[in-house]
Amino acid sequence: MDEARILRRGLSPRLWLAGGWLLVALLAAIFAPLIAPQDPLAQDLMLEHLPPFWLDGAEPGYWLGTDSLGRDLLSRLIFGGRIAFIVAFAAASAACLVGSALGLIAGYFGGWADRIISRVVDIWMAFPPVLFAILLVAVLGTGLSSVIIAIAVIDWTRFCRVIRAEAMSQARMDYVESARIAGYGRIGIMLREVLPNVVPSVVALLSLEMGIAVIVEAILSFVNLSISTDDPTWGGIIAEGRLSIHQAWWVLVFPLATLILTVLSFSQFGEGLKARFDPVLR
Amino acid sequence: MSACLEIRSLSAVLPNGQRVLRSVSLAVQPSEVRALVGESGAGKTMIGKAVLGVLPKSVRIVEGEMLIEGEDLGRLDPKARRTLIGARTALIPQDPLTALNPSRRIGPQMTDRLVRILGWSGERADSRIRQLLDEVQIRDPERVLKSYPHELSGGMRQRVLIAAAFAAEPRLIVADEPTTALDVTVQKQILRLIAQLQRDHGTAILFVTHDLGVVAKISQKVSVLYAGKVVEEAETAQLFATPQHPYTRALIAATPRYTDPYASLKPVDETVLAGLAAEIAAADKDWRPSHG
Repeated sequence: MDEARILRRGLSPRLWLAGGWLLVALLAAIFAPLIAPQDPLAQDLMLEHLPPFWLDGAEPGYWLGTDSLGRDLLSRLIFGGRIAFIVAFAAASAACLVGSALGLIAGYFGGWADRIISRVVDIWMAFPPVLFAILLVAVLGTGLSSVIIAIAVIDWTRFCRVIRAEAMSQARMDYVESARIAGYGRIGIMLREVLPNVVPSVVALLSLEMGIAVIVEAILSFVNLSISTDDPTWGGIIAEGRLSIHQAWWVLVFPLATLILTVLSFSQFGEGLKARFDPVLR
Repeated sequence: MSACLEIRSLSAVLPNGQRVLRSVSLAVQPSEVRALVGESGAGKTMIGKAVLGVLPKSVRIVEGEMLIEGEDLGRLDPKARRTLIGARTALIPQDPLTALNPSRRIGPQMTDRLVRILGWSGERADSRIRQLLDEVQIRDPERVLKSYPHELSGGMRQRVLIAAAFAAEPRLIVADEPTTALDVTVQKQILRLIAQLQRDHGTAILFVTHDLGVVAKISQKVSVLYAGKVVEEAETAQLFATPQHPYTRALIAATPRYTDPYASLKPVDETVLAGLAAEIAAADKDWRPSHG
C-alpha cells in the first residue's frame, strides 16, 4: 500500500536529477578501469594540452582533452571519483553515527548530558574547520584513512546540533509522555519513540554531509594534503588546472563542474529523501 | 475498601517558591467519575500529571501523599512506582494530534504496550485492540490499524486514544480535557463514548476540564479548583443546585447559555476573585510544608 502510494506520487524531478547524476558518477567510479578511455596516469608530452572534443586540434579518445603532462582528463576525473565517493560514504557515515548518537542523547535526556555535549560542540565549532582538517591530516599523516578520520572528527558536530534540537522537540510530545506513563524505560522510549521521528533529518543531513566531505577532500588535495600517492583526485586536478588556466581552461573547468554537480546533487538528494520519508510531509 | 485514587494535602512549588498546588485533597472511588474543574492555570492538569508521575522537572512536590488503590506512591521506589502507574492507570490526552507517534502505524502503536509492558501474547493483544476499536465504534479497524496517525481525523485519533486507554483495563483513567481540541459536533460523540466505556468497564476517571457543561454530563462528583486550591467539593447535581462557594456560583453564572445566545459573555465577578485572593494569601502566610 505504501509502495503503491509512493509510485503514484511519482519521483520529484529534484530527486530524479540529483539521484541520476549520483548514480552515473558512482557507477563510473566503481567501474573506472572498464570505462576510462585511457590510463589516468599515462603521460605523453606529445599530447599535452589537447582541447576537448568539440574544439579544433582534439584527438579522438581524449574526450575532455589532456593536462600539461598529456594525461587524459576524463579518465582522471573518473578515477578521481573513486576517492571522492569512498571519502564521502566513509567520512559522512562516521560523522553521522557519532554526531547523531550524541545529539539524540543530549536532546532526549537533557540535563547534565546535554550540558556536557553542547559545551563540547561549542568548543569544537570554534575551530576553523579547514585549518582543523589541515592540522589533523598533518598530525595523522597523509592517506585515505587520515582524510576520512579528519572529516568525521570535524563534522560530527553538524549532526549533533540538528539531531539534538529535533530530539528535544520530540521529547516534549505527548506520545513520549504517554509512553512514560505506560511504563517504558527512558532508553526504550528514546530508541522506539524518538529515534524514528528524527530519521528523516538524519538521512537529509547524511546526504548533505557526503557533499561536504567531497568538498573537504577536494580542499585537502588542492593543498596537496590528501592522498600521498599519484592517484588522481578532483582537488588535485583543480590545483593543476589552476596553473595552466591560460593555456588549457578545461583542466580547471571540468573537475570544478564535476565537483559542483556532485555536491549539489548530494544536498538536493537529501532534501528530496527527507520530503519523501517524513510521514507528516508525505 | 480503599479509594481508587486518594490525594492527601498535596502541595507543589515552582523553583521560585510559588505554590502551584495548595494542599489539594480528593478521593476517587472505584467506578466513579470525578470532575476537576477550574480556569486555565488553576492546576487541574498539574494534579493529573502528578498522579501519573509525569510532572515537569521544574515542579517539585513539597508535601502530601498520593495513593492508588491504597498503595502510597511516595513509599515506592521509582521503578515499582512506574510499574504500578503503568499497570493501573492510563491517560486520555488533550491533543489527539500530538499524542500518537507520527512515524508508527496505529496497530503496532496500540499493541506494543500490551505486549512489551504487560507481557501479553501478540494474538491476545491484537484481538483485545480490535474489540476496543469496535467499542469506540470504529467500523473499519483494518484500515485504521494500518494507518499512520496523520491519515486519520482528529475525532478518529481521539477514539483510538480512548480505545488504547481502556485496552489494558486500568483501574483509573486520567482524562485531560479530552474534548477540548475537537470541534463541537465531535466533542459530543467523544464524551458519550467515554461515558459508555466507563460504565461498561467500571473504570474510575479523573476528568479534567474547564467546561461546566461537560462536568454536568459526565461526572458524579466535582472538585472546583482555583489557583491550585480546592475551593469546593460536592456531588455534581448538588453543586449545580446549591453551589456553596461564591467562586463556584460566579463560575456557574459565567457559563454561556444556549437559551440566550446573543447575551455578551460574563467574566467571573471581580469581588469574588478579590475575596479568593485574600483567602489564598491568608492560607499561604500560615503554610509550612509538613515535610520535605
